[in-house]
Amino acid sequence: MAAGGLTTKKIDSIEFGLLSPDDIRKMSIAQIVVADTYDEDGYPISSGIMDTRLGVIDPGQRCKTCGNRVGNCPGHFGHIELARPVMHAGYAKVIHKVLRAICRECNRILLTDEEIEYYARLFKKYPEIGQKTANLSKDILKRAAKAKACPHCGEEQLKLKLEKPTSIYEVSEAGSVRLTPIDIRAKLENVTDDDYRLLGINPEAARLEWSILTVMSVPPVAVRPSITLESGVRSEDDLSHKLIDIIRINQRLRENLDAGAPQLIVEDLWELLQYHCTTYFDNGVSGIPPARHRSGRALRTLAQRLKGKEGRFRSNLSGKRVDFSARTVISPDPNLSMNEVGVPEQIATILTIPQRVTEWNLEEMKALVIRGPDRHPGCNYLIRSDGRRVDLRFVKDRSIISDTIEPGFIVERHLASGDIVLFNRQPSLHRMSIMAHEVRVMPYRTFRLSLFVCPPYNADFDGDEMNLHVPQSEEARAEARVLMRVQEQILSPRYGGPIIGALQDYISAAFLLTRKSTLYTRNKVNQLLATAGYEGELTPPAIIKPVPLWTGKQIFSMFIPDGINISFRANVCRKCTTCKKEDCEYDSYVVIRDGNITFGVIDEKAFGAGEPDSLFHRIIKEKGSTTARIFMDSVGRLLVRLITDRGFSMGLDDVTLPREASRRIKIILEKADKKVNQLIETYQRDELDANPGQTLLETLEQRIMATLAEARDSAGAVAGEHLGLDNSAVIMAQTGARGSRLNLSQMAAVVGQQAVRGERVSRGYMGRTLPHFERGDLGARARGFVASSYKSGLDPIEYWFHAAGGREGLVDTAVRTSTSGYMQRRLMTALQDLKVETDGTVRTAPGRIVQFKFGDDGVDPSKSDHGRSVNIDIAIEKVLGKSKVSREA
Amino acid sequence: MSKSTVIAHMEKRFSKLRDEHRLPPKVLNELEEKVTDIGLTKKEFDEICDNVIDSYERALVEPGEAVGTVAAQSIGEPGTQMTLRTFHYAGVAELSVTQGLPRLIEIVDARKNPSTPTMKIHLADNIAEDRNAAKRIARDIEMILVESVASNISIDLLRQAIDIRFDPELMEDKALTVEIIAEAIKAKIKAKGEVESGDNTIFVYPTGETLADLQRLSEKIREVRVKGIDDVTHVVIRKESDRYVLYTEGSNLQDALEIADVNPHKIYTNNLKEIYQVLGIEATRNAIIQEAMSVLNEQGMDVDVRHIILVADMMTADGAIRQIGRHGISGSKNSALARAAFEVTIKHLLGAGIAGTKDPLKGITENVILGQLIPLGTGSIDLLMNPQGSLSKK
Repeated sequence: MAAGGLTTKKIDSIEFGLLSPDDIRKMSIAQIVVADTYDEDGYPISSGIMDTRLGVIDPGQRCKTCGNRVGNCPGHFGHIELARPVMHAGYAKVIHKVLRAICRECNRILLTDEEIEYYARLFKKYPEIGQKTANLSKDILKRAAKAKACPHCGEEQLKLKLEKPTSIYEVSEAGSVRLTPIDIRAKLENVTDDDYRLLGINPEAARLEWSILTVMSVPPVAVRPSITLESGVRSEDDLSHKLIDIIRINQRLRENLDAGAPQLIVEDLWELLQYHCTTYFDNGVSGIPPARHRSGRALRTLAQRLKGKEGRFRSNLSGKRVDFSARTVISPDPNLSMNEVGVPEQIATILTIPQRVTEWNLEEMKALVIRGPDRHPGCNYLIRSDGRRVDLRFVKDRSIISDTIEPGFIVERHLASGDIVLFNRQPSLHRMSIMAHEVRVMPYRTFRLSLFVCPPYNADFDGDEMNLHVPQSEEARAEARVLMRVQEQILSPRYGGPIIGALQDYISAAFLLTRKSTLYTRNKVNQLLATAGYEGELTPPAIIKPVPLWTGKQIFSMFIPDGINISFRANVCRKCTTCKKEDCEYDSYVVIRDGNITFGVIDEKAFGAGEPDSLFHRIIKEKGSTTARIFMDSVGRLLVRLITDRGFSMGLDDVTLPREASRRIKIILEKADKKVNQLIETYQRDELDANPGQTLLETLEQRIMATLAEARDSAGAVAGEHLGLDNSAVIMAQTGARGSRLNLSQMAAVVGQQAVRGERVSRGYMGRTLPHFERGDLGARARGFVASSYKSGLDPIEYWFHAAGGREGLVDTAVRTSTSGYMQRRLMTALQDLKVETDGTVRTAPGRIVQFKFGDDGVDPSKSDHGRSVNIDIAIEKVLGKSKVSREA
Repeated sequence: MSKSTVIAHMEKRFSKLRDEHRLPPKVLNELEEKVTDIGLTKKEFDEICDNVIDSYERALVEPGEAVGTVAAQSIGEPGTQMTLRTFHYAGVAELSVTQGLPRLIEIVDARKNPSTPTMKIHLADNIAEDRNAAKRIARDIEMILVESVASNISIDLLRQAIDIRFDPELMEDKALTVEIIAEAIKAKIKAKGEVESGDNTIFVYPTGETLADLQRLSEKIREVRVKGIDDVTHVVIRKESDRYVLYTEGSNLQDALEIADVNPHKIYTNNLKEIYQVLGIEATRNAIIQEAMSVLNEQGMDVDVRHIILVADMMTADGAIRQIGRHGISGSKNSALARAAFEVTIKHLLGAGIAGTKDPLKGITENVILGQLIPLGTGSIDLLMNPQGSLSKK
C-alpha cells in the first residue's frame, strides 16, 4: 500500500490491563444519570442512555462530540457514578484469594519479611531462566493463606468464604459476617505495589481494587444500536436494557441513601445493583438466575458477545468477511484444464481487478472504460490519480471520461479469462481445499471445474456450491500463482503422492483403450489425438496390413513423456500366488519403458486420484508439475472423447444371472440357513463349546455371523463366475473406477447380513426384532439376514432390516464429522504456530525448539517420494540406464 | 580399473558422507546396501551419490514452512473417514481394542487411562517356544480375585464367620491351593479377622462382632487378589511364528516387568501414562508415534510419519505429556488473545487484565485478529527496501 502514498504501521505488542476509576472518568464524555432512551418526539434524552454525545446511529444526525455523521463518528464513552461500589463477578475469585493472603488488619502479605525477600529474589530470577512467575504467585497465595496470625502485626486471621458469585464472608467463631465491597476495597487499596507484584498482579496495569467498581463505563451507542421495526417501534439492544436497569437501581439507591433510608432497604438495593452489574458483564454466571428479556429469552450481555463459536473472537476476529468473492453451484466441464475454473459472465462483470493505467495499456483501458460496467470485458470503477473514485454506473457519457484517463489512474476492470483467482469448497479440511485457478469466463450461471480437482475439494455435482475470491494486489496474485495453483498442489503433503488424478469414467475409458483387443484405424486415431490436442509425431502403426492399425497402448503412450520407466501391478491384478509378471494373462503387470507402455493396462493404479507410486506420480516427480498437468489434461480429453464415442453404461442386464446360477445361490443360502438352525439347536441343547473368553451366546452369534458371511461370499463367487469383463459393472469394479466386487454381488446375488453396532439386529420388540417372528427366534431371517439381491428386490421384512442398517450408517457419519472436526480444531490451535526456521529447527511462536530437524530428517513430506526422502532405486536406474544405453551404442 | 580400487573408493566416500552428515543415516544405509555388489565403475558410483545427495537436498523443507498446520490437517482430514466403532484386535478375537477415531482422540488427549488398556508380552528367549512356560507366566500375570475361583462366598451366621468354598476345577486350572489363598487373605485383612483353611474351604472369623462388620469384610475378601498383577484381568496366549506371546486385557507395565521370564526388551503397552512413568519421556514420544501410526494404518489411512512425529514432539517437548487442547498445549500458549480465541474466552481475558500481560504478537491467531500479516511462509520474511532511494542513485 506504500504505493498509494499511505504508510502502514505494524502493531508490535498489546498490553492488557484494567481501567482505573480515574481512567473511566477521563475517557468519558458524559455522565449518564437518566434511565431512559428517547423522548416523545423520538429524540435522544440528554444524559440518558442514548445521549447524542455518545455518538449517533441514525442517519442524518450529527454527533455532539465530534460533529461527524454515522459511519465516521467512532462513538464515545460515557460513565455512571455508582452510589455504592460493586464487585466485578469475574474477579471475585481473585479477590477472595488475595484477601486470604493478606492480613485483615495491616493488609500486608501473610509471610515473614524473610520469606517475602526470598520470593522477591526468585521473582527477579525466574524470567531470566525462562520460568513463569505465575507459578510463584500461586505458591505465595497458597502459603500465605495458611498463616494463622499476621507475622507483621500479630493480628489473628479469620477464615474467608466465597459465596458465589460475589459475596465474601468472614467466618469466626461468633458467626460469619459479610464483607461489603466497601470493606474489601478499603483493604485492597492498602496493599502495596510490591505486595501486589508478588501476588501476580501487575500494579502498573491493574490494581485489584479497580475490580471493585465505583464508576462504570457506558459504551457508545454504536456498540448497542437500537433497531426500528417496521411498525415504527424502537427495539433496544440487550446491553442498553441492562444499562437502563443499572442506572435505575443506582438512582434509587442514591435517593434512598440521601433520604437516610433504613439499612435493610439500602442493602437490598445494593444487592440488586450488584446483580445488575454482574449480569451486565456476564449473564451466564452460575449461582444467579440469568437476566431475561420480557419474552423470557436470556439477555446477550458482554461476555456472551465474546464467547463461543458465534462470539466476537471466533466469528469476527479469527474469521472475517471479505469483499471480491462469489459463490454459486458447481458443475463439471471435462474440456477445462485442471488449472482453470469456468466463471459465469454475470459474476465476471461484478468482480473486479484494479489495474494501473500505464502508457502501454492506455488504449486497452480506455476501451474497457467505454464498454462500461454492464458489458463483459468492461470496467466498474475508475480511480483517478488524486484518489477520487468514479462509479461508472452513474456516468452518462463514458467516452468523455475515457478521454481523461492518463497513466497513474487505476481502472477496476472486470474479471477476465487468464486472471488468477482462489477457489474454495467447505469444509476446508486441508490446504488443497483452497487452490488458485485461472479464470475462463463462460456463459450460464455455474462455476465450471475440471473433474481432476474433485478429489482434493471432495466435490461432486449434486448441488455443491463453491466460493471464489479475487486477489487484489500484485503480490497476492504472484503468490497465488506460484504457490497455490492447482498443478503445484498435485502432490499431497499428507503422504507424498498425487491427490489429484483420474476418476470414474476416465479410468474405465483408459482400461478400454489400453486393453489388448483395442485397435484403431488411422481415421479414429487422428480424431482422438485431435481432441486431445496432440501435436507430436504419429508413432508407426502396430499392424500395417491389411490396413494400418494402432493399439490403444500406442495411443496412450504418445502422451507419456519420454524417459519414464516404471513397472507395477494394475488394479485388475488377481493377486495370484506366483506372479507371472510380463506374461500375466490378464495383462495386469504394467511395464512402461521410456514413456511407452510395453505391457499391461492403464487403470486406477496407473493414474487414479490418491494413488502413490503410480505412473502419474512418476511423471510429476521426474518431469515436474507442468508436464504432469499437460499429461493429465490431454489424456483426460482423449478418454472423454473415447468413452463418449464408444458409449459406456450399465443396466439390469449387467446384474442378471442365468437361472442356473440363481439356483446354485439359492442352494448355498438354504444350506447356510440349515447350518445356522443346527448351530442354534446345539446351543439350545447346551452342547455348544464356548470360545475361550466368550459366553455361549457370544460364541453362537459369532459362528452364525461367520456362516452367513461365508454363504454371502460363496454366493458372490457364483455370481462372479457369470459376470465377465464384457460386463460394464465388472469393468468398473475391476479397474477401480467405481463400485466394488461386494457391491456387485449384493446387486446380483445376495445383499447379506444387516448389522447394527457390529452385531446382528437384535432389538425391537420384547425378545424379538419384529412381531412376525416368535420370541427368541435366533434364525438368520429373524435377525436381519437379507437373502434377496437388490435386483430381485427386498421383501418388507428385509427392507426393514436394511433400513435399520442404513440408518446407523447415517447417524455414524453425522457423529463422526462433529467429533473429528473438533479434534482437527484442537490439533490446529495446538500446532499452528510451529514454523521451520532458517536454521532448520522447528520452533513455536515464542521461539522454543520443538524439533532440531523437521521429521528427524528435515524432509518435506510433499516433496518426498511417498514418505521416502530419496528414491534410491530411481537414482541408480537413472545413472545406469543412461550408461547402459551409451554402452550399447 | 580393478574392483578393489572401486570398493576402496566407495568406502572412502561413504565414510566421508557419514562424517559430514549430508544424508540421513537411513538413506545412507540403503544406498550402501543397494550400491555394493552390482559392479559399478567409479564414475557411475560417484554419479549415483551426487544424484542421491541432490535429490535429498531438493526434498528438504523450506524455512518458514507452516509444518504445524500441515501436520494438523494431515491428521485431521482423514479423521472424517475413520470408523467410530471398537473393533476386535486383529487375530485375537477375545480382546477388543478401541480403534479408529476414538483411539486417535484418546492419544492426542493424552488420557490418563485408555478405554481398553492392553499389553503385549514376549517371553524370555530360552522359553519362548514352550507352551507350558507361556501358560505358567500367563498364570503369574493374570489377576485372580478370591471371588473368581470361589464357587460360593456366604456368611455363616451360626459360626459368625465368612464361608468361602472353592471350585476345585478352577483352582487346578489356575494352579492355586487353599493355602495360597488363605495367605493372601491373611495379608490383606491383617488383624481384622482370623483365617482358618480347610479342605477346599476357608472360614474367616472377623474380630468385629456386628453383622455389618461381617458384611464389610466379606465384600473385602471377594476383592482380595490371590495371584497375578493388578489391573490385568485377562491373558490370552497366542502363537506367533513359533513363539508364544501373551496379550493382556488391562495394563500394568511396572509389575509386568518384574515378572520372571518375561522379555523386558519387547514388552509393550498401549497405556502412554505408564510408559511415561516407567520408561520416561523419550519412550513416551516413541509410543505416541507408534500408537498413532498403528491406528491410522489399521484404518487404511496413508499419513506420513513426520506429521505424527511433530505432534508427538510437541506433546512431549517439555518433559511431561501435554494434551492437545485447552488443558495442555493450547492452554499454555503465551498469547492471551490466542488462548481467548480457542476456548474459555472470558477467563483468559480477565486473567490477562489483572496480570497486566504483554502480548508479543508472535503467533498466528493474534496477528489474524489484528488483521496483520502472519509470521509464516512468505509472511515470515521482511524485505527492507527503499524504491525511491535506489532510483535516485541511478
